[in-house]
Amino acid sequence: MELSFSLLVQQLFIGLALGSIYVLIGVGLSLIFGLLTVVNFAHGAFYMVGAYVAVYIFEKTGNFWACLVLVPLAVGALGLATERWLVRPLYGRGLDYPLLLTFGLAYVLVDSVRMIFGVQGEHFSTPELLQGTVDMGFGPFPIYRIFLVGLCATLLLALWLFIEKTRLGLIVRAGSRDPLVLKVLGIDVDRVWLLIFGIGTALAGLAGLLAAPLRGVNPEMGGPVLIEAFVITVIGGMGSLVGAIVAGLLVGVVVAMTTLFQPELAELSIFALMALVLIVRPNGLFGREGLMS
Amino acid sequence: MSTIATDEHAPTLKFESVERHRVLATILALAVFPLLMPFHALATNILLFGLFAAGYNLTFGYTGKLSFGHAAFYGTGAYACGILISQYGVHWSLAIAAGVTLGGLTAFVMGLLAIRTRGIYFAMVTLALAQCVYFIGFHATSLTGGDNGLRGVNVPAISIGPISIDLLQPFTRYYFMLTFVAFAVWLLSRILNSPFGAVLEAIRENEQRARASGFNIERAKLLSFVLSGLFCGLAGALTAINLSTVGIDIISYHTSGQVMMVTLLGGMGTFFGPFVGAGTFLAMEHVVTAFTERWQLIVGLMFMGLVLFFPKGIWGTILEWVKK
Repeated sequence: MELSFSLLVQQLFIGLALGSIYVLIGVGLSLIFGLLTVVNFAHGAFYMVGAYVAVYIFEKTGNFWACLVLVPLAVGALGLATERWLVRPLYGRGLDYPLLLTFGLAYVLVDSVRMIFGVQGEHFSTPELLQGTVDMGFGPFPIYRIFLVGLCATLLLALWLFIEKTRLGLIVRAGSRDPLVLKVLGIDVDRVWLLIFGIGTALAGLAGLLAAPLRGVNPEMGGPVLIEAFVITVIGGMGSLVGAIVAGLLVGVVVAMTTLFQPELAELSIFALMALVLIVRPNGLFGREGLMS
Repeated sequence: MSTIATDEHAPTLKFESVERHRVLATILALAVFPLLMPFHALATNILLFGLFAAGYNLTFGYTGKLSFGHAAFYGTGAYACGILISQYGVHWSLAIAAGVTLGGLTAFVMGLLAIRTRGIYFAMVTLALAQCVYFIGFHATSLTGGDNGLRGVNVPAISIGPISIDLLQPFTRYYFMLTFVAFAVWLLSRILNSPFGAVLEAIRENEQRARASGFNIERAKLLSFVLSGLFCGLAGALTAINLSTVGIDIISYHTSGQVMMVTLLGGMGTFFGPFVGAGTFLAMEHVVTAFTERWQLIVGLMFMGLVLFFPKGIWGTILEWVKK
């Protein structure tokens, strides 16, 4: 295989686009864990539901942009209901119980989707406006992937502004440090947690929609993604948003590069990366000491 | 006064004596089980999955570590035993020993990486590492058969001295498997009753305090993980012989999830619970899948209900009720 500089750059970019989707999933998972100390085992299932809601809305409206708005809202609403009626009763009963509950929820969501849409999977094509490629000096780049990177960067900027610059964001930051003090100050912590769970699951649903044209849609699509999201969280450090962003992009690039050189090792490469991080920094690249205990 | 007190405590005392002989009681219950259960093949599946869950319970129930990676030990145990029998014609006893060893070895390597991580991290790391083992098994097609699975793990009959045992007959196969399970149950009880077992429960109750008491927490956790891997490897090796095939699904995270559900259903941290859980789960699966394709939906709902309302599981709730 002739290996040119432009091929490397293209593959690097493909990795970044894939990484953008990972970042959205990882940030959602990390956000939920950082504040609620809930490991959401249904995160992959919310991602899958996002893709199926997109398929449904696209069938009805034929408009990709409508999907882009409605999918996060729909999946986020499902997340709100989950937190309010399923996860909330388990606070204070140990970290394992919400994890186990969401594990059961994932089974329910996957099988419900199978019941409604069938087991064979669906096709979701790239919107017409975003089809084709554009040449940026290094050879052709697919427009959809450029759109992915741009959208992800915009969303992260918005999230950063929300957390750093708004009053609600201030409460969120304080809540991740010490929820008890926040409660004592008279703030309704339950509503903050509800909101965060909603945002986290909405991001997962959006990631499912964005991944649909690249990876296809089927009821089992959430399983591998959940594991990839865990690898990202372990590499980046639990509860760290910066860690989730860096690790998400890193995993995307590593997968893309191993696909280029040794395709059969692509699935294993991220685990090797995780093992390396665990040996060197058991708390992850940006993990905080003591969050886990 | 004293008479009343004795009367009040009479059932408790009786139950305590059963509990003191929990190994004997468990083996007796398992020995009677196929006489009451008309489907002997299903009974054997329950017995072996119960052993798998009992091994898992050492990590989950007694050490308090939620692992999502135990399919790797069960799976490598099954593949080691299956490959040696089907491809190299190795004697069944050596193949089982190899399965146990590989299960323990996999647990050791995984434990070295995962034990250092704390709390909830552990579940994620073990899940990811087990998935890594899954991919290795999936790609090593010349050994494992990959997606098609491994066939021809045939042990039709075994002979110990003058005695020949026909393993094609489900009833005798059950009792052949039971000898191994009985030994494992005895060993498990010895481990739990030892000072080491007390350290494990101390870790579960409060890791910081156990550390402050001067125990080497990391070493105890690793050892408990490896021991758990040995039991699961045995369960896997016996399963390979029982089913004559090994499918790649045995290492998938669904298997890890299933053993966790079975243990919780039966009662985590109880001695007999894993067998109760395996029996209930597999029997339900057997009945429900005959009527509907929506078994996973039912499993998910049942499991959520369990977590929300009956976290002690079936056997745990019975124990609580009896001891009242």
